[in-house]
Amino acid sequence: MSAPTYDLGTLHGGLRLPGHKSESTRQPILDVPVPGQLVLPITQHVGDPAQPIVRIGERILKGQLIAEPDGTLGAPVHASSSGTVIAIEPWPVTRRNGGTAPCIVIECDGKDEAVHNTEPPVDFRTMAPPDLLRKFLQGGIVGLGGAVFPTAQKLMQARTCEIDHLLLNGVECESYISCDDMLMRERAGEVISGAQILMHALQIDVCFLVVESDKPEAIRRLGDVLGEVNDDRIILKQVPTIYPSGGEDQLVQLVTNREVPSGGLPSDVGCLVQNVGTAAAIHDWIINNQPLISRVTTVTGDGVVSPVNVRARIGTPIADIIELAGGYTERAQQLIIGGPMTGKSVTTDNVPLVKATNCILVSSETPSPGPELPCIRCGDCASVCPVQLLPQQLFWYACADDEKKMREFGLMDCIECGCCDLVCPSHIPLTADFRVAKGRIRELADEKARAARARLRFEARNDRLEREKTDREAELAEQKASAKKAGPSAIAEILKRQQEKKEGDD
Amino acid sequence: MLTAVITIASIALIAGIGLSVASRRLPSSTDDLVEQVNDLLPQTQCAQCGYPGCRPFAAAVVAGQAAINLCPPGGEDTVRRLAELLGREVLPLVESVTPSVAVIDEALCIGCTHCRNACPVDAIVGAHQLMHTVIETECTGCELCVAPCPVDCISMRPLT
Repeated sequence: MSAPTYDLGTLHGGLRLPGHKSESTRQPILDVPVPGQLVLPITQHVGDPAQPIVRIGERILKGQLIAEPDGTLGAPVHASSSGTVIAIEPWPVTRRNGGTAPCIVIECDGKDEAVHNTEPPVDFRTMAPPDLLRKFLQGGIVGLGGAVFPTAQKLMQARTCEIDHLLLNGVECESYISCDDMLMRERAGEVISGAQILMHALQIDVCFLVVESDKPEAIRRLGDVLGEVNDDRIILKQVPTIYPSGGEDQLVQLVTNREVPSGGLPSDVGCLVQNVGTAAAIHDWIINNQPLISRVTTVTGDGVVSPVNVRARIGTPIADIIELAGGYTERAQQLIIGGPMTGKSVTTDNVPLVKATNCILVSSETPSPGPELPCIRCGDCASVCPVQLLPQQLFWYACADDEKKMREFGLMDCIECGCCDLVCPSHIPLTADFRVAKGRIRELADEKARAARARLRFEARNDRLEREKTDREAELAEQKASAKKAGPSAIAEILKRQQEKKEGDD
Repeated sequence: MLTAVITIASIALIAGIGLSVASRRLPSSTDDLVEQVNDLLPQTQCAQCGYPGCRPFAAAVVAGQAAINLCPPGGEDTVRRLAELLGREVLPLVESVTPSVAVIDEALCIGCTHCRNACPVDAIVGAHQLMHTVIETECTGCELCVAPCPVDCISMRPLT
């Protein structure tokens, strides 16, 4: 077994939150049976929606491609079980403000028949990195930490920079969520295999496997497997349990002590971060030829009877998954998709599990922090902000709708972690305010861009009209000149001809 | 005495040359201000202000011929920013409009090209006697195409 290392950089601020993880880690991962119906949104990733390539009534098999990526940033969608396509229509999905999104609805036949794979298995070590990345794209692999950025495009971007570190993110810092913990305990081998594939794709030799100190079981399992595979390129790192050290930029800072520049990416400082779940999904696709059609998710909170981690097919209704966890308790009040800090509250359990769903939290009461009071400028928010912003100043400018100052004070770098909300003695919902302000700034930028384009088109049109006018005048002048040159007799002849024609018409 | 005269004269000469070069090279301050005002306008080119486009309106505002609250698509925000830039008082907007785009009922369109010619940003495409359509992403919602349509097949759809 290889022991974890501890030498780390420093992270500003952050909070120690009550974990609530032991509830859902008592039993092994349960497999959710094939549901009666699967609902697969065509947008389960950052970027352009995928285009459905199946027809209503068509029979499809498990693992079959049902929607192709369209545009530069996107990922395909695969059927997660066999059955018949019964609809392609808007369906309720997990969104911050509710609403629906286009989905492919499949009625399952329960046979779970997989597509017959004719491709011979290829050793990834013999594949050129660009080919391997193209293969990633076909597997529908996206970041499973919650951001669902298409993995292939992330790696393609990273390959244009000088990358020297791969960071596998096993830091699941938000309370209640334990799906990565359970995944690392049960599938440590697949995670490490995924890391090796990623290192080959990036052609680098250093991988930090970063796990939080509150997951001793996962660390032990990973250490055992690392000892077995004897790959000294992969280094196990243990980090303290502080929220939000699992944020991409925060993890880079904590592990390598390199600060990701404002508005930049970890690749700007030579790092690439991937979630451990993504690594396991990459293993499943490259080694076992199984695209991303299922994921591990945590069902927890005191609103469910027996909190547990489950492996469910993408598209399974949340209601089915909660049923497997024993159903709702009497205290169940609120359904949150995601963790308590960054999750989204939904009003129906009819929404499907998507690639981004890492947690289904049913809480007993709506947390009410108390009435909002005026800011007393204590500065507690600034001392916990992991991005070292000044939330009290930003709040001031957000109230005044001062776009310029908000930008100047780095609002766009806010990661919306919610630490400032938790420590605010006046119970000001700072993160919600910042989210609105960020939306407003983006809107203004969009408006500006639209205005600039309209102006360009307007000016181009005016130029064209002007040009047409001068051209016409020039032509007319030319005709006049040529008529004059022909002399008065020619003109008289034309007039006569016209007169004759007129008489003929009458 | 003579040295003093020569010194003063040469300073005046150098300053004069400098100023004349500057006035020729740099855009005059009025043009500059018109450009700044134009930048704040929404560029819908809708002529609802009574001027044939955003730039003419900007010029009129700078010349003091037009009030700053005549631009409905710009909304209160534009009035506020113009007031800030020009040091004038914030006035209530003359009327407010909801942002919208033009939609052609393609079944009714007879292909007369009137709307196409009216569009200030070339956002309508279609040939003579063939169906026309609006490029939604380029439409500024100016409504200038609605009136010329002889069969009333253009409507404005509010953007949500």
